[in-house]
Amino acid sequence: MCLAFPAKVLEVEGDLATVERSGVKRKASLMLLPEAKVGDYVLIHAGFAMQVIDEQELKIRDALVAEMNGAPRSVNLELGIRN
Amino acid sequence: MDTSELIKKINRLAEGKKKLRIMEVCGTHTVAIFRAGIRQILPDNVELVSGPGCPVCVTNDDYIDTAIAYALEENFIVATFGDMLKVPGSRSSLAAAQAQGSNIKVIYSPLDCIKIAQDNPNKKIIFLAVGFETTAPTAAATVLSAQAKGLKNLFMLSAQKLVPPVLKFLLNSPDFRVDGFLLPGHVAVVIGADAFNFLSIPSAVAGFEAEEILLAIASVLEQIDNGRAEVANKYPAVVTAAGNVTAQKILSRVYEVADSEWRGMELIPNSGLRIREEFAKFDIEQVEPVKIEKVKKKNACRCGEVLRGLVNPTQCPLFGKACTPSRAVGACMVSVEGVCAAWYKYGSNNFRW
Repeated sequence: MCLAFPAKVLEVEGDLATVERSGVKRKASLMLLPEAKVGDYVLIHAGFAMQVIDEQELKIRDALVAEMNGAPRSVNLELGIRN
Repeated sequence: MDTSELIKKINRLAEGKKKLRIMEVCGTHTVAIFRAGIRQILPDNVELVSGPGCPVCVTNDDYIDTAIAYALEENFIVATFGDMLKVPGSRSSLAAAQAQGSNIKVIYSPLDCIKIAQDNPNKKIIFLAVGFETTAPTAAATVLSAQAKGLKNLFMLSAQKLVPPVLKFLLNSPDFRVDGFLLPGHVAVVIGADAFNFLSIPSAVAGFEAEEILLAIASVLEQIDNGRAEVANKYPAVVTAAGNVTAQKILSRVYEVADSEWRGMELIPNSGLRIREEFAKFDIEQVEPVKIEKVKKKNACRCGEVLRGLVNPTQCPLFGKACTPSRAVGACMVSVEGVCAAWYKYGSNNFRW
């Protein structure tokens, strides 16, 4: 039930935003997160943006997912992403 | 610190200690823990126990029976998240009602109900508002949105539950024996990490990737090691101390705290939500109540004890025999995030029971 995913805000129209994740776009309501702006990464749950996500943290999550899919080790949890 | 060092740290902290039980209170954690093999990698004396973290699983028979009663009537359309369909009521399920021709629609967001209501002006649309604090504000926002649009045919059947009161209830139960909590990350997004400060045992708010869960486990063990008990926020990317204040405000505008019955437990004071008087016209139970027959189901299902972390699913005589995901007897086997369903899917042969 509580499946939330991070997505980038592409457009805002009133309290409705267009968000994008891995090339998939959909509408999400900003009723619960009116402060979200274009360019923010937000957590989407059941069609609503719930919180703005720290971009560096999101990069770490994406890198972790990439590691699970076979990418070489790149994340160090305390130091962040290795360059 | 990379994963192997984190695991070494966990081993070091657990060494020489008595058996430690850490409870996760989130269905998504339960599944993530199994999927990543975290149980297998933990030291022998650290046990993970699943608590009442799946909102579908803690929804009681009466609620399902009521939803079915509405669905069987011609003039209603019941809209629900997909994982409610197979949940057994006292006699039937929404999936069975759907097979009998009831109009039940699976939706992704409660806001989808707005369009269904606009497209079906002659029907009454009921959204099954089930969930914890993460999902509850989305139903409240939908009510406000329906009000703003002047919709008169959209209603809620509400049975949302609150996590802090059930943790309090568990801590006060005489048979409850757990040494720490992994707290649900996305509930904390809404209510804030500080909402858990009343907890008297070591706790950590956890994210959902394997390493984030390990970090939270390490934090709980560290607290046990130091003899401290606090709420560590190990999911700071999205969890703040105060949470999402807008969501809290919208929720408390539409809903007020009420006593609520949890499957397998009992009536827990102030552990649920009901629609405020001001929004009563969106509450189907006030607008058009249905009568259901109260039935006490009799079978050997031990869901209630599983949900309180008293027994493992394999200690239930029905587990994997009479009760499987395709023919579930208990609610914990129904939802993909249910404790029994996760044990059934990931448990066999992969680790020692």
